Amino acid sequence: MEKLLAMWAAIPPDLQALIIVTLQIVGVMMTVIVAVAMLTLAERKVIGYMQLRIGPNRVTFFGLRILRGVAQPFADVVKLLLKEIIVPGASSRLLFLLAPLIVLVPALATWAVVPFSPEFVLADINAGLLYVLALTSLGVYGVILAGWASNSKYAFLGAMRSAAQMVAYEIAMGFALVGVLMAAGSLNLGEIVRSQQGGVLSWNWFWLFPLFIVYVVSSLAETNRAPFDVAEGESEIVAGFHVEYSGAAFAALFALPEYANMILVSLLCPVFFFGGWLSPFQGYLPEDWFIAQPGFFWLFLKTCFFLFVFLWVRATFPRYRYDQIMRLGWKVLIPITLIWIGVEAVLAWLRIGPWAN
Amino acid sequence: MLVTILFYAFSAVLIGAALGVILARNPVHSVLFLVLCFFNAAVLWLLIEAEFLAIVMVLVYVGAVMVLFLFVVMMLDINIEKLREGFTRNAPLGIVIALIVIVELYYVLWVRRLGIEVTGGTAPLPENYSNTAEIGAVLYTEYVYPFQLAAVVLLIAIIAAIALTMRKRPGLKLQDIPHQVSVRARDRVRIVQMPTERDP
Repeated sequence: MEKLLAMWAAIPPDLQALIIVTLQIVGVMMTVIVAVAMLTLAERKVIGYMQLRIGPNRVTFFGLRILRGVAQPFADVVKLLLKEIIVPGASSRLLFLLAPLIVLVPALATWAVVPFSPEFVLADINAGLLYVLALTSLGVYGVILAGWASNSKYAFLGAMRSAAQMVAYEIAMGFALVGVLMAAGSLNLGEIVRSQQGGVLSWNWFWLFPLFIVYVVSSLAETNRAPFDVAEGESEIVAGFHVEYSGAAFAALFALPEYANMILVSLLCPVFFFGGWLSPFQGYLPEDWFIAQPGFFWLFLKTCFFLFVFLWVRATFPRYRYDQIMRLGWKVLIPITLIWIGVEAVLAWLRIGPWAN
Repeated sequence: MLVTILFYAFSAVLIGAALGVILARNPVHSVLFLVLCFFNAAVLWLLIEAEFLAIVMVLVYVGAVMVLFLFVVMMLDINIEKLREGFTRNAPLGIVIALIVIVELYYVLWVRRLGIEVTGGTAPLPENYSNTAEIGAVLYTEYVYPFQLAAVVLLIAIIAAIALTMRKRPGLKLQDIPHQVSVRARDRVRIVQMPTERDP
């Protein structure tokens, strides 16, 4: 131990910082990947129970009865990694192999600015909110390229649908976040959380309720989840943009980003509207009580809730028709956000609510 | 030192990608090279600590404009051979335009700089300096008039684009959504009472 400490002290400070940051990045990545595995299990279990089924209940660790089903995602990953990767003969080979990576990289890079707790964030940059918007808008390239490079009609139709849908809902999401940034007065995600200090009612959702609804709906559409999953629409276009992908290319590179993005948007929802790592009892209970303290614990609970909402929505609503999706995005959500931004400006001008001081 | 190395590395990729845009045979590859160009330009902005401009560049050009470009280019069925036919005929015009651009760049980069001292890099910025707030402050005070003009021009473009699609085409089958929603079961289904059939 002594020796190790001495060795550590001998490393130049720049290199020390580099090592620490790299370890932190690896830590966050591994957590995200394990969370994705657990989320796929949770999805199958939750939807199973909602449809009066049991869901996966066979694969287990060390033969423990209580863990039945928990090892299912790991078994699936092993199965998918061992499958053959088929590259269609008439495809554009380089782009076909590059497309999944283009989906994966932004999905993981966005985690850099997420404020996990009052102390821990990988990169505390000023324009954090813009960074999130910019990177989430990049994922669409992978989808379009996957559709185009496959040289298949189904994949191409899926890519077209997905591109139009993502562009449409990005605008609504961006406008909803403009409202958040007006309330917080900062683009830094940590500052946005800190500006919501003081119990449930001073969180953003109370004054920005319409924007919160718009954010949730458009985040469902942005992540191509049900009821907006026409990009895959298995009843019409088989599996959409990833119909030609198999094995590891499909698993690690389309399923993983999709679920990582899902976790990300359900983590950002509390950050923007539900006080991130702040406690809902702040100001209502004595400060020194555990449940009145801010911490990662609260963010975790809120994220789990919104993830559950994602699964709940998938089990509840039938898929939208494509023209209805476009109509909802352009003619309903965008006007709502525009009107509410105007209302917010008036509130701020009259110094009502969170703008009182 | 590190910044200089990064600058040259990203500049080299930028120039290579720009060449790729005009040299690629496939228009989709050209669009992708252009995306790479924008990315590298954004990184160059990051190197001079203009993080707001860099991120907005990625958000607007890469995230929105180029997606629509790609969308359109992929839908087109372009015959490359036919496009190449007029090359020698159009070459003189192309050369003239290229010369004009070179002269303009020369003017901006060299003639305008006569008499201005080149500082060689930006001064280090104070600790809690926010690029975003600074741009906002300048944009909404000093340049508010040009900013509003630009906004109006964009608004006109939006209205024009919508107006183009507002024409009525004959024979188009459209749904009347309020009508669909207001349908009641009794309008569609008739429940008939009739005696059950008996065995003879």
